[in-house]
Amino acid sequence: MKIAPACVLFLSGCAGTQSALDADGPSALALENLIILFVAVCGIVFVLVMGVMAWALVRSPGAPDRPRPQTERSMGRVVAGAVVATFVVITFLTAASFYATPGLDRGKADPPTILVRGQQWWWQFTYLDPDPARTFQTANELHIPVGTDVRLRLEASDVIHSFWVPNLTGKQDLVPGRENALTLHASKAGVYRGQCAEFCGLQHSHMALLVIAEEPDDHARWLEAQRGAAVLPADSEAAAGKLVFMSKPCAACHTIRGTEASGTTGPDLTHVGSRSMIAAGLLDNTRGSVAAWIADPQTLKPGNNMPLVPVSSEELRQLSAYMKALR
Amino acid sequence: MRWFGKIPSPADLAAGDEKAEAALRRTWSTPTGVLGALSTVDHKIIGRRYIATAFVFLMLGGVLALAMRLQLAFPEARFISADRYNQIFTVHGSNMMFLFAVPVMEAMAVYLVPLMVGTRNIAFPRLNAFSYWIFLAGGLLLWISLALDTAPDVGWFAYVPLAGPQYGPGKRADIWAQMITFTEVSALAVAVEIVVTVFKLRAPGMSLDRIPIFVWSMLVTAFLVIMAMPAIMLASSSLILDRLVGTQFFNPAEGGDALLWQHLFWFFGHPEVYIIFLPAVGMVSAMISTFTQRPTFGYLPLVLAMIATGVLAFGLWVHHMFVAGLPRVGSSFFTASSMAIAIPAGTQIFCWLATLWDGRPIFKTPMLFIIGFLITFVIGGLTGVMVASVPFDTQVHDTYFVVAHFHYVLIGGSVFPLIGAIYYWFPKMTGRMMSETLGRWAFGLIFTGFHLTFFPMHILGLQGMPRRVYTYPPELPWAGLNLFVSLSAVILAAGFLIFFIDVLRSVRHGPEAGSNPWNASTLEWAMPSPPPPYNFRHIPVVESREPLWTSGETLPVATGLRLDRRELIVSSVAAADPEAREASPADSIWPFLAAIATSIMLIASIFSPWAVIWGAIPVAITLTGWFWPKQTPEDES
Repeated sequence: MKIAPACVLFLSGCAGTQSALDADGPSALALENLIILFVAVCGIVFVLVMGVMAWALVRSPGAPDRPRPQTERSMGRVVAGAVVATFVVITFLTAASFYATPGLDRGKADPPTILVRGQQWWWQFTYLDPDPARTFQTANELHIPVGTDVRLRLEASDVIHSFWVPNLTGKQDLVPGRENALTLHASKAGVYRGQCAEFCGLQHSHMALLVIAEEPDDHARWLEAQRGAAVLPADSEAAAGKLVFMSKPCAACHTIRGTEASGTTGPDLTHVGSRSMIAAGLLDNTRGSVAAWIADPQTLKPGNNMPLVPVSSEELRQLSAYMKALR
Repeated sequence: MRWFGKIPSPADLAAGDEKAEAALRRTWSTPTGVLGALSTVDHKIIGRRYIATAFVFLMLGGVLALAMRLQLAFPEARFISADRYNQIFTVHGSNMMFLFAVPVMEAMAVYLVPLMVGTRNIAFPRLNAFSYWIFLAGGLLLWISLALDTAPDVGWFAYVPLAGPQYGPGKRADIWAQMITFTEVSALAVAVEIVVTVFKLRAPGMSLDRIPIFVWSMLVTAFLVIMAMPAIMLASSSLILDRLVGTQFFNPAEGGDALLWQHLFWFFGHPEVYIIFLPAVGMVSAMISTFTQRPTFGYLPLVLAMIATGVLAFGLWVHHMFVAGLPRVGSSFFTASSMAIAIPAGTQIFCWLATLWDGRPIFKTPMLFIIGFLITFVIGGLTGVMVASVPFDTQVHDTYFVVAHFHYVLIGGSVFPLIGAIYYWFPKMTGRMMSETLGRWAFGLIFTGFHLTFFPMHILGLQGMPRRVYTYPPELPWAGLNLFVSLSAVILAAGFLIFFIDVLRSVRHGPEAGSNPWNASTLEWAMPSPPPPYNFRHIPVVESREPLWTSGETLPVATGLRLDRRELIVSSVAAADPEAREASPADSIWPFLAAIATSIMLIASIFSPWAVIWGAIPVAITLTGWFWPKQTPEDES
């Protein structure tokens, strides 16, 4: 009775951003079908059981002292039958699960590999390459090519996190001291939101990521651009911002390739200006929000690991110009 | 000495009864006053106290739930800070599991099991007193820490390394781990008492196949506690050692393993669900029999299903770890075993439906809660089948789908039967009836509020809302349902409020109940309400599963117990043949003092390992006082 409208909801209404019912990859699609199958089968079971209960409650019962052994026996048969039916349904659903499972980890010979490292409370992505010079890092936005498997190696450096982009596939934990793996496959280009799913401390709520699936050509261009070091900004305000960045503690925590900043505590900022969000999905990457973030990271995302670095409003303008210039 | 007199006629009994009863009352009464209250070992007083305390924790936990719903009603709300929110959901979960659900079920058993098996007190009554005090101390520790803003903030599951020394600074996780120790000690003590009471103190003739199903359920539950609690004890002790002494059990950098914690925790944590659920199976079976005026259908299948549930409960802890990256073959096994538990659960449901089918349903408040239970628990069970599937779980694990699922199982599967059980057994506990009108209102609001609150969470989970988030961005399509859920939670809370009002009102002003107001069949209804301190004037002799229906007003009785000393009949495990008379301990202040000494030791150990050494001295002193042999006059018989 409750399930029936819910089914309709499940099947149509609740697709949307970051939804398991809005699949855009083969793995998520297999899972979506499995979810629909389970909901349908369980919905039927629920309706049947509730029907029997309602009937039992409303039917006019016999006199309490009528002879019982016969009903006892026939009810025994019915109950035994229901138990057998339960067994059959359970077996069917178990088999369906096993059938859907391989879709989760579709191993391909040698797909491109990205190292995903969960940190409190942001994501570090390392695009591995046999040539160490071509390996680079970025944060919070994962670019993948459309139509091909991408292999993720999942690691955590502090506590347990969980990588979850429901439109593309099921989640997988990142456990310190272990390495897990996940295969991503996007069928069409788009931006998919994901979020850490394992409670990882104070700002677990603000540990989002974006997966940007792009056509292979676009992706190749993006890769080339990212591999390059940061370009010295031409604009004088941004150039001044660079000086501020290097003279303040910023450089101790962040890396900007091509400069002397090589800290590893915070996200790599080499091409931060090209990202669409900052602070692990908390804010749009506009100059205003960059300035707001630098001016007061602790009110926007209380307890995060970025300290408040005192800067003048002049310096703040310069820093935000610099961040936006890093493209 | 003879065990059985001839079955005495009511006239025979009446003759010497006045005097005998006065003597029994003298022997078994608890002295009045504070000292008496602190030193009583009467299972009924302790049981009532235990139940009431657990319900206070339920109410407090509910207030926390409302606080969370306030914060989540709107995206990016700032009613509650991230830090406070994390404390609140941790205390809510820990409180509901460790301070409400398990204790309240054991407390119901402390009150009911001795009455239902026909004896005068629980086995190890001083341990029983101790277990209540230690439970209370653990509860106070957790709640005082919340009041002082130092409550645990690592989740009720306290995963390492987040709860470990590096990422969980301060004393918060220590408080959590030590609170667990308190509740473990308390729960284990009660479990042992229940096992011994059921196996050795049953009334003559109550062979294994005549034990009431509720008593069976508590027996299986007690075994689950005894087998599951050591795992969490090992885990919480290792965590404390990591944090306070510098061991490295869970630190991967030093050869420890973060997943070790999860294995230990869930090896306890999943059976925990059945520790909470199986007593409810017993309650439903007891009530459904009374409110259909039929024996519960399928005694043997029900008992076997409970035992099967208990065994399987230990074979599926890994389904909490399906996304932790364990080997696939192992996960397949745990999928199958998690699915398999639906079979005993289904068996139970079908037996109850058959009872309803065959009986004449009487729609009193407890029956309403049973119907609410059946509807809700079936949904919870079916979503349980869903999360038992590895691929399904990879999408819904740690989302609101799971939040919805386990509230359906825990509230639907346990709290609904429990509230029904309170309405049902309230007359036996207080001598008064609760209000049928308020009961219907409470049921209506709780049932409606519950489904409106928790059903939409399934959808939120599938829409990608993770759990344990203190806020969420407005651009995701979660805001509408969250507001709806938060408003519905108020309806649910109103239902509970009416229930609490009804309880408080009825304790003093409810109509008097009489000994058997529902015409039930089991032994606890064979005595006045509330029962006298000695429970049974004469220990009954049991000749069937429904003694009150088959024997009516005149139960056959066993005689031969002394009136001037607390004595119980000890009987054989299988057939419940009387074997011996056993002295039952007198009231004593020492269990209370021992609980205080133990609490000081455990709490101080959070701050210094030396507290374990020095704190052991008062513990030893109080235990010595507790067990000091008392001169008893030679038994002349």
